[in-house]
Amino acid sequence: MSATETRHIGTPLKRKEDDPLLRGRGTYVDNFDLPGTVVMTVVRSPYAHARITSIDTTAAKAAPGVVAVFTGADLRDDWKAAMPCAWPVTEDMKSPEHYPLAVSEVHYQGDGVAVVIADTRAHAIDAAELVDVDYEVLDAVVGVEAAAQAGGTLVHEELGTNVCYVWPLESGAFDEGADVIVKHRYVQPPLIPNAIEPRGVVARPEPGGDVTLWSATQVPHILRLLTAATLGMPETKLRVIAPDVGGGFGSKLDVYAEELLAVALARRLGTPVKWIEERSENALATIHGRDFVTTLELAATKEGKITALRANVVASMGAYLQLVTPGIPLLGAWIYAGPYAIPNYSVTFTGVFTNTTPTDAYRGAGRPEATYVLERTMDLLALELGMDRIELRRKNFITEFPATIASGLTIDNGDYHASLDRLLENLRLDELEAEQQARRDRGDVKQIGIGFSTYNEMCGLAPSRILGAIRYAAGGWETATIRCLPTGTFQVVTGTSPHGQGHETAWSQIVADQLGCDPSEVEVLHGDTSISPYGLDTYGSRSLPVGGAALWSAGEKIIEKAREIVAHQLEVSAEDLDYASGTFTVKGSPDKEMTIKGAAWAAFAAHNLPDGMEPNLEATATYDPPNFSWPGGAHAAVVEVDTETGDARLIRYVAIDDVGTVVNPLIVDGQVHGGITQGIATALYEEAIYDEDGNLANGTLAMYLVPSAAELPSYELDRTESKATDHPFGAKGVGETGTIAAAPAVINAVIDALAHLGVTDIQMPATPERVWRAIEEAKQ
Amino acid sequence: MREITLTVNGARHVLEVEPRDLLVHVLRERLSLTGTNVGCDTSSCGACTVLLDGVSAKSCTVLGVQADGAEITTIEGLASAGDLHPVQQAFHDHHALQCGFCTPGMVMAGVSLIDGGEATDRDAIRAGLEGNLCRCTGYHNIVEAVAEAAGVAS
Repeated sequence: MSATETRHIGTPLKRKEDDPLLRGRGTYVDNFDLPGTVVMTVVRSPYAHARITSIDTTAAKAAPGVVAVFTGADLRDDWKAAMPCAWPVTEDMKSPEHYPLAVSEVHYQGDGVAVVIADTRAHAIDAAELVDVDYEVLDAVVGVEAAAQAGGTLVHEELGTNVCYVWPLESGAFDEGADVIVKHRYVQPPLIPNAIEPRGVVARPEPGGDVTLWSATQVPHILRLLTAATLGMPETKLRVIAPDVGGGFGSKLDVYAEELLAVALARRLGTPVKWIEERSENALATIHGRDFVTTLELAATKEGKITALRANVVASMGAYLQLVTPGIPLLGAWIYAGPYAIPNYSVTFTGVFTNTTPTDAYRGAGRPEATYVLERTMDLLALELGMDRIELRRKNFITEFPATIASGLTIDNGDYHASLDRLLENLRLDELEAEQQARRDRGDVKQIGIGFSTYNEMCGLAPSRILGAIRYAAGGWETATIRCLPTGTFQVVTGTSPHGQGHETAWSQIVADQLGCDPSEVEVLHGDTSISPYGLDTYGSRSLPVGGAALWSAGEKIIEKAREIVAHQLEVSAEDLDYASGTFTVKGSPDKEMTIKGAAWAAFAAHNLPDGMEPNLEATATYDPPNFSWPGGAHAAVVEVDTETGDARLIRYVAIDDVGTVVNPLIVDGQVHGGITQGIATALYEEAIYDEDGNLANGTLAMYLVPSAAELPSYELDRTESKATDHPFGAKGVGETGTIAAAPAVINAVIDALAHLGVTDIQMPATPERVWRAIEEAKQ
Repeated sequence: MREITLTVNGARHVLEVEPRDLLVHVLRERLSLTGTNVGCDTSSCGACTVLLDGVSAKSCTVLGVQADGAEITTIEGLASAGDLHPVQQAFHDHHALQCGFCTPGMVMAGVSLIDGGEATDRDAIRAGLEGNLCRCTGYHNIVEAVAEAAGVAS
C-alpha cells in the first residue's frame, strides 16, 4: 500500500447509484422506446424433445401489425458460427450443434423455433399463437443419473452418448482402510435464478452497418466479442451497452439466442428490434443453476483427523452448452475440502446432457455445490465419530498461510478459527442448546435446530494463466482508467459491469483515498463498450478483487506521473517528495506542497512539464491477478421445525465473514444479506421441478417459491478480517459468500432439530412434505 | 377501444385503451411512466405496485378500464419537489436497494403499509411486504428502512 491515509475506504458511504433508482428513473432495457421500434416474440417448443416436421407461418404473417416471421431454417445462414461455449473443459468434450433457433429438432421445453416481429408487443404475442408447428414428440431424458446410464434415450442422437465429458482431479489415493469412512449421496436440484428484471434487448441498426445493442447483461464486453463472432461482424461494428440491469446472479452472464436474434433482425429489417422476456418465459429460456448429484466420501482417523476426500459428481448441462456451462462444476473442483487440511483428494465430474433448460452460472457456480456436500458430510462424520461437530471442524482447519492445498492451489491468507470463535460468541450457543433440550424434554411440537457451515471459497475470477490451463477460452484480467480532469474532478472508466453491486460508490471511495479528493468528485463510467473498450465484466466475485486492483494500479501510475510533475514544478528531486492523501510535500520543508489536483491542472496546461513528458494526467492499468481470492467464514442457522406439519422456519441466522479489507461495509453487508437469502431459498424453498416428459412443472413465480420478507428473519452479521496478501489493498470477493455458506447451515439445522427423532438426512429443498416424510420414516 | 380518465400523480389524462390493456402497460406505454416495472406475469413479484386511490395495488392485476376515474400515484409522483419521500430517503439511508428493479414497487408498498397504519413492528412489516419480491437485498435493509420511516423503534 502506498503512503495513503484511509478516510473513505471502510466507511458506510451511502450509494451514489440510489437517487435515480428511487425516483423511478432507472434505464432498464424495457424503458427504451426508440422511434421505429418493432417487437420480437419467440415461438417456443412446448415439448422437451421433438422433431420439427413442419412450420406454417402463413396465418401469423397475415395477422394485424406483423412485420415479419422467421423460422430457424429462414435464419440459418445468418449465423457464421454456432452459439458460443467458451469453456471446452476437455479435448474430447461433446458439444451439440446449437443455433439461436432450432431447425430440425428441439431439445428442451422453451427451445426457440421461430420469431414473430410486429409493431406492438400485443400484436407480436397474438401472432405467435398463429405460428403452426408440427412436432413428432420423442422420449425425453430427465434426471442426471438416468442421463448418465449407457443405452438409454439420447438427448442428441448424433453425439452417440449423453456424456458431455468426464473431468478428474486426483491428488493422492483414497484411504480405503481408514478408521472411519462416511459416504453419502446428495441431490442438488436445478434452480431458477430469477433476477427480478427478466432479460431484455434492444438492437438498433446504425448508419454504415453498425449495430448498437442494449442488453440486460452482466457481460457487455464478452457479449460484443461473441455476438460479433457469431454473426461474422467486425467487433468495431458492434457497440454493446448494459444500461441499468435489474440483477443477474450469473443468469445474465451469457450470450443468449435473443441477443443474437435481435442483432441479426435489426440488420435485416433496418429498424430497432426489441425483445423483453416474460417471467414464465424466463423460467424456461434463461439458464438454470445447480442440478448436481454428488457422492462424497470422507476418510478419517478415530481421533477425527480427516485423511482423504473423494467426490463423484454427475452434473447436468441441460440440453445445450451455453457460455460456460461445462466449466461450472470445475469452479468448485479445488474447494471440495473447504477450509480443512485434507491430504488426499480426488474429484471427478461427469457432465451429462438432459432435455432440460441449459445450466450455467448461478450465484456461487460450482462452489455452493462443493460446500454443501462437504459441510453436510462433516456433520455425518461427527455423528459417526461421536465427536462434537465444532470440534471436528476445528481439528481439521488449515491454520498456516499461505497454504498449498491438496487440490493444488494456494490460499494466500485466512483465519478460520477466528471466524468460528466470533460466531460462537455472537450465537450464544449455550442458551440455544438449553432451549433445544427443554423443548425435547417437553416433547414440543415445535423443535429447534442449530446448523453450522464453516467455509472458504475461491473467487475473484481469475488468473489468466490458470484459466488457460483449464481450457477457458479467455483471460481473467480487468482494466481501469483514471483521468484527472483539469478542474479537479476525476473520471474513472472500469471494465467491470455492475448490476446492483454499487461500483460507482465503492470505486469512488478507493480513488478518493488514493488521490485525495471527495468521493463526490469522482465519476465512474461502465457498461458501454464504446466508453470502456476493454473489460471482462462482473461475475464470480471478481469486481473488487480484480477490477478494484486494476483501479488501484491506475491510481499508482497517476501518483508516479504526478510526482514527476510536482518535483519539476517545485524544483526538487522526486525522491524528496512525500505523498499522502492527494498531497505531495517536500521532505524537510512541509510548507512546500502541491496536490494531485494541482498536478492535473499543470499537466493539462502543459506550460511547465518535464522535458518529453506527455500532457494530461491520465493512466490506464490492466491487472491480471496472481491468485484467486479466498474469503471464508463461519455461519450458523437456527431453525424452528413444526414436527406435525414439517414446516421449517429460520428464527436466527448468524454469519461471520472474512472478506479482507472492506471498502464499504453498507454494500458488503448488503451482498451478504442477499447471498444468504439465496442460500436459504436453496435449502428450504426453491427447485425447478420437471416431470418425466421434461415439462417444467413450476415455471412461474406463483409456483416457484422465491421467498419474501415474510419467510425470512433479520440477519446478524459480523466480520473478522485477514487481509488478502495477493491484493494491493487486502480485499477479497464477497458477492457469493452468503450463498455458498447458507444452504448447508440451514439443512444441518433442520436435521439437528430432528436428530433426537432419528433423522439424519433430508434432501433440499426441505419442503414441509420432505421434512414430514423424514420424520415419519425415522419412526419406522 | 374504450375511453378512460385517469388522474396520475395529480395530472388528468383522457385515454383510449383496449379492454385488455393492463394498467401497468397504460402507465408505461401510454403515459411513459416507466418507473413502474414489470417483473412477472402472475401478479407475484409486486414490482409494478402503485397507489390506486391511496392504497397499494399491483398494476398488472388491474385493467386500464377498471381504473377509469381512479387517482393513481406512481413512484415518479412520490417525491415532492427535489426532496425524496421519507420512505425513499429511508431506503437510501439503509441501503435497501441494490439493482433497484423491485424498488419502486417496494417503496410504494411500504408507503401504503405506513399510511394504512399496518407497519406497527418488524413482523408486521415483513408480513405486509409479502407480495413484493426482492432478489438482491434479502429484505433485511428494506425492513429496516420501512421501520424507520414508520417510526418503529430499532
